[in-house]
Amino acid sequence: MAIFSKEEAKKILEKVIAYSKADACEVNLNGTNGGNIRYARNSVSTAGENSDVTLVVQSNFGKKSGVATINEFDEASLEKVVRRSEELAKLAPENPEFMDPLPQQTYGESKTYFESTAKITPEYRAQAAANSINPAIAKDVTSAGYLEDNYSFASMMNTKGLFAYNQSTGVNFTVTMRSNDGTGSGWVTRSSNDVSKLDTAEASKIAIDKALQSRNAKAIEPGKYTVILEPAASAELIRNMLFAMNARQADEGRSFLSKKGGGSKIGEKIMDERVTIYTDPYNLDVPASPWSGDGQARKKMDIIKNGTVANMFYDRYWASQKNVASVPFPGNAIMEGGNASLEDLIKDTKKGILVTRFWYIRPVDPQTQLYTGLTRDATFFVENGKVKHPVKNFRFNESPVIMLNNVETLGKQVRVDVDGGPGGGASFLIPYMKLRDFTFTSLSDAV
Amino acid sequence: MKRREFVQLAGLGIGGMLVSVPMMGNPIPVEALLDSPLDALQKRQLADVALTTAKSMSASYADIRIGRYLNQFISTRENKVQNIANTESFGAGIRVIVNGTWGFASTNTVTTEGIRKATQQAVAIAKANSKFQKEPVKLAPVKGYGEVTWKTPIEKNAFEVPVSEKTDLLLKANAAALQNGANFVSSNLFQVNEQKYFASTEGSYIDQDIHRIWPTFSITAIDKATNTFKTRQALSAPMGMGYEYMIPKAFDKLHGPADVMLYKNSYDMVEDATLAAQQAKAMLTAKSVEPGKYSVVLEPNHLGLTIHESVGHPLELDRVLGYEANYAGTSFATLDKWKTGKFNYGSKLVNIFADKTQPGSLGAVGYDDEGVQCKRWDLIKDGVLVNYQAIRDQVHILGQNESHGCCYAQSWSDVQFQRMANISLAPGKDPYSINDMIKDVEKGIYIAGRGSYSIDQQRYNFQFGGTVFYEIKNGAIGSMLNDVAYQSNTQEFWNSCTKICDEKDYRLFGSFFDGKGQPSQVSAVSHGSSTTRFDGINVINTGRTL
Repeated sequence: MAIFSKEEAKKILEKVIAYSKADACEVNLNGTNGGNIRYARNSVSTAGENSDVTLVVQSNFGKKSGVATINEFDEASLEKVVRRSEELAKLAPENPEFMDPLPQQTYGESKTYFESTAKITPEYRAQAAANSINPAIAKDVTSAGYLEDNYSFASMMNTKGLFAYNQSTGVNFTVTMRSNDGTGSGWVTRSSNDVSKLDTAEASKIAIDKALQSRNAKAIEPGKYTVILEPAASAELIRNMLFAMNARQADEGRSFLSKKGGGSKIGEKIMDERVTIYTDPYNLDVPASPWSGDGQARKKMDIIKNGTVANMFYDRYWASQKNVASVPFPGNAIMEGGNASLEDLIKDTKKGILVTRFWYIRPVDPQTQLYTGLTRDATFFVENGKVKHPVKNFRFNESPVIMLNNVETLGKQVRVDVDGGPGGGASFLIPYMKLRDFTFTSLSDAV
Repeated sequence: MKRREFVQLAGLGIGGMLVSVPMMGNPIPVEALLDSPLDALQKRQLADVALTTAKSMSASYADIRIGRYLNQFISTRENKVQNIANTESFGAGIRVIVNGTWGFASTNTVTTEGIRKATQQAVAIAKANSKFQKEPVKLAPVKGYGEVTWKTPIEKNAFEVPVSEKTDLLLKANAAALQNGANFVSSNLFQVNEQKYFASTEGSYIDQDIHRIWPTFSITAIDKATNTFKTRQALSAPMGMGYEYMIPKAFDKLHGPADVMLYKNSYDMVEDATLAAQQAKAMLTAKSVEPGKYSVVLEPNHLGLTIHESVGHPLELDRVLGYEANYAGTSFATLDKWKTGKFNYGSKLVNIFADKTQPGSLGAVGYDDEGVQCKRWDLIKDGVLVNYQAIRDQVHILGQNESHGCCYAQSWSDVQFQRMANISLAPGKDPYSINDMIKDVEKGIYIAGRGSYSIDQQRYNFQFGGTVFYEIKNGAIGSMLNDVAYQSNTQEFWNSCTKICDEKDYRLFGSFFDGKGQPSQVSAVSHGSSTTRFDGINVINTGRTL
């Protein structure tokens, strides 16, 4: 069993700490039960389950650290792993940036765990796949999809008295539907901590409709267009920008938030004033662990407030150098939106491109946060308030910073998990957005 | 190690690293990297437990991989060693066919009982999945090789070299960079040893000892007055070699155009760091490229990634068939195009081959992860598409009866599947040097090293950047350029190939982290080529102002 309750975890961690003879010792005990099913060509291709629990012990002598891990929990094994980490610490070079472990912190309760997801069975996964495959066959399209779920716990304790524990569950579903004439493709993604909110048939219908509607796309000239981005399209670009908001890199002069002459752009307006992005581990739509991997308490905090850089992320070492409070890396991000639905955004558009998702996004220039990538799985031309016809995919070269300066309308928010979602990535609440002057640089024949 | 974990390792400070490191395996003392927990006889006995258990449960086929995966990762920043991690991952993966359906299970309990249980689980999974089976597995025949061994032909085992010697070298490279104008430098050394034992019901017991190494750095120069920063990555390649790659040899060095130094089968890290710092500084004031059509002269450490994305991936048979449709995508190089026997992938100069045996390459092994002896085969011959990459359960789709031997799993705990072989562009037959590529170009750009890369899900449209760019004007190399990326379409691009250097310039590019599949697995792969010219390529300017 890879899941320990709070009491079980605490008991093991206390035993480990009691064995420590180092100046400081910090222990992480994490476990996961996971499962997945994959299908392609309207047939299940692979299915599996995995279970793992790991104890990580970090011992320190002065500024020297050693780490050892183990997955057995009898007394002898626990003592062995502590001794091994101490031996490795003695041999390690000094790390001048080492920070002493944190004392006890205060954490709130975040609703990251749902029993419904913890109890997913192989039969559930097979049925979820069948609910996606069968409607595809009925509509003469070909499905390829992947469903991954996990139930995990994380806990930590150190010699300064800190103890933290959290349980979470998550499920992530994606499916690609391709028309059998090879000219249309649709896609959808769904993520939730609570599997009772997932309906693979409902999601698959959207992808099937997109596959059929995107058949026989027309080529139109690349250039600057007004775009309506579905949240799944913009989430990765926004994630990339947020991940680059590291204070140390900005202070060192190697970030898009570095300032001419030195220092960072904290407090400066860098995008449209309607853009507000914050983190809140207690948000019910995108709940995140109330503590970061090193035990710092996460709290609700503005990152971009009305277009201004409100906070950047300071690791504990850099915060100590700059004499500021450390700011842990967030577990989620929420971008404020509005009331407009996708239909409302289309209705108000004279001429534009509707984008389902972007694909193969890669950094081009970190100085300007310029990224390239392509539209994929259903792209449409919008004219005079209506979706007119599918268009061939475009390559874009655009910066999320420039993009969020060109806001026309922000609509309703949707949850999008980037990088495989639960356990593997971060959760975002992102609005539908209409933006002007988005830069498409070439056409692709890919469907 | 997974690609995301590498990104975490490379991008975080030591706190983040310590949390991430156990994901590669369990940290172990450095001496344990040279231990051997099981001898060949013990491995054979354990393997036989899996094979006999599977057969007794009506499996028509079974294989087992007992794997010990060792890593050493050293990271430094400026004058500091940030981390030294030694890790081990040890376990067994068992794959069976029951009722014409695959089943797989793995265990880190490498005992008779642990392996028996995992085999039973693999059989149970195969039986459960067989209810959904529409296309029963058809395996191409393979010879049982009996007891055989294979080892990467290394001269010096990197794990035998004292850690202090390695950290000294990295810190020396960092110091050289700082002395030559760098503001920041981080350097890393990865060393990998895969000890893999494979056995199958076909009668093979294969023991392999595989080594890889990758030195790399990132050097940044900053001008605070103009708020500009430029980064120059190392021009090293990850290699299927031992520590001998880290010992520079004059005959492995090539003088490229301008002040670019290029490396074959050994690498001078201190020299490259020195030049990198000077070049990063020069980039701060280099001119921005004029967009337009250019002849691009592509250096092998750059061209390797273009080959990887525009030839390697589209010619993976599982992608062509749609098995990767929901993730990496499908392929423009469909079976109907191949069947015509005249699909013009590139110009007549273009000969591209797959080769799992090439010395020094990351993908070189004696046998793949389903016990097929590795080989070389043609993919594009005189510009025409002639074959794909396929494994035992796929080659029948091509009407072939011999696996290409390119099956791989990233660890004992992951199921093996078709992965990209080393895919390389054959050198030109005419005796051309790098200068011959440049001397008749009126308007061109010389590009060295890998940069930004992106390609669509069917592998038509791509965009590539690079590490360093130099203008070519009227047959001569000119000044350094900034903000360069080229965009093209795969078939148009390879058909615009007009000149290829001969074998004297042939070198390997490599990637440790080629990702594929759901759940995603990585594999290491090399791509060889000589400097090559492509005419009439669309170059864009990537400069922006915030």
